[in-house]
Amino acid sequence: MMLVQKPGMLASVQDLGRHGHRQFGICPGGALDVLALTLANRLVGNADGAAGLELTMGGCEIRFETDTRIALAGDGFGARLDGTPIWPCWSIPVAAGQTLKLAGANAAGVKKAGLRSWLAVAGGIDVPPVLGSRSTDLKAGFGGHEGRALRKGDRLPLGAAALGATQLARRPFGLRGPDWGPEEGDSAIALRVLPGPEFDQFTVASQSLLWSERWRITAQSNRMGSRLAGAELKRRRTADMLSSGVIPGTIQVPPSGQPIILMGDAQTTGGYPRIGVVIRADLWKLAQAPLDGRLRLVQVDMAAALEAWAEQQRYLAQVAQGLAAAGWTRPA
Amino acid sequence: MPRLHPLGDAALLCELPPPATLAHQQQIWALGAEVQRWAGVGEVLPGMNNLTLTFDPIAIGIDVLMARVNEAWPRLRAATVEGRRVEIPVAYGGEHGPDLADVAAHTGLTPAEVVRRHSAAEYVVYLLGFLPGFAFMGGLPPELATPRRAEPRAAVPARSVGIGGEQTGIYPLVSPGGWQLIGRTSLELFDPAAEPPTLLRPGDRVRFVVESVQT
Repeated sequence: MMLVQKPGMLASVQDLGRHGHRQFGICPGGALDVLALTLANRLVGNADGAAGLELTMGGCEIRFETDTRIALAGDGFGARLDGTPIWPCWSIPVAAGQTLKLAGANAAGVKKAGLRSWLAVAGGIDVPPVLGSRSTDLKAGFGGHEGRALRKGDRLPLGAAALGATQLARRPFGLRGPDWGPEEGDSAIALRVLPGPEFDQFTVASQSLLWSERWRITAQSNRMGSRLAGAELKRRRTADMLSSGVIPGTIQVPPSGQPIILMGDAQTTGGYPRIGVVIRADLWKLAQAPLDGRLRLVQVDMAAALEAWAEQQRYLAQVAQGLAAAGWTRPA
Repeated sequence: MPRLHPLGDAALLCELPPPATLAHQQQIWALGAEVQRWAGVGEVLPGMNNLTLTFDPIAIGIDVLMARVNEAWPRLRAATVEGRRVEIPVAYGGEHGPDLADVAAHTGLTPAEVVRRHSAAEYVVYLLGFLPGFAFMGGLPPELATPRRAEPRAAVPARSVGIGGEQTGIYPLVSPGGWQLIGRTSLELFDPAAEPPTLLRPGDRVRFVVESVQT
């Protein structure tokens, strides 16, 4: 078991998402940074799809009531285990009674890089799966822990660890994760984008503004979508659209002209023109883009999008190889 | 033939030219049933006059997928989806349908006549979207069309039956919403523990049955 002593701004149980139910209006949800949850799970010997916690903007405290092993991925928010600093993408033994604390996003001395952290625990969080997933659907109120965001005092059951006692207690080790945060020397996070089905409906000036603007991520952003502020994007004609499918990464432009990039908890269909879609390989960067931070949208073609995905899969394969070489148990 | 356009690197939009008709929608459902049998295709998501499918680009290239959709389209039989008939009991008006009087005022009909016409029509579920189990239905008598409320409600009660413009629908869950609420059903539209989890499915034929009327 583990005890949520402080949930921070928003904490919820998430796995890789609830797939196969879009035709019923059920969103995929799941960890917004699939790469981070996957890495954290592998570091504690879990299957990639085990449920972990998605933590938003630090400021949380979690007490472990059993000996286990944890890994944190994403922004670390100055994480400490009983006062000892721990780093993202490290695999760390935990003894019953220890407390993990993440500093608040605005705490002194915390380098603000990302927005969210993902915590994996050996065995995964063992809430009952609903429609094939343990993810919390916050909007519809099911899945996860009682279908809601975590609150102070919630106790979460852990599944049986795939690791043996010796491995659980092994001294910490880590790997070099992706850089969660803006690239060096550039204050805007670059997201690669494929033009969407309604790209051609926008004026030529708006089409080029999409790529040249530095979009600000507003505080109205959440797990449903990142709302951007910047230049006003205009369509050549403003005919109403019929309801049509949207997926995470879809960039919708409502009548305000200010784009919204949809995320895992977005509704399954939308009625706003889709000017572009963020490629799958870059969605994790969006999950980490801090509020008030800046985004650049970079046009790519399908070949580049698929190569970016393949590159990410190669990185995950290298991680798997490295862990296997180190004798680290991992279920298929 | 549908217009085909990628939606990101792992989804494909198939969109028919307007207008949206039931005949078109039946072709959309037939296309959905067909492509779900193909290796490499993941989910299908019917929209209004369109279908989005997700696929694994490693298992099937988008060019091959688009060619297969184009090849399959002419031989798809529109009649392959025979929806079920679903009756939905509704308590109209009063606290369950606080906007019934407003709809009556807008349409120039009496509240009882709004109820009679709403429950006399047969509706067809075109697609589910917006919320789990929320059905977009065709078939609202045009004279019942009423604009959405100027101020959307922050929390529409679950199972509320509403009219929004030329559409009617039922909110499966508590949700913000701007539709005119004319009644409420006792049926659960969405139950995550059930298989399938939603009462309604695309292609179903729906009738609202008057359980009570308060005017």
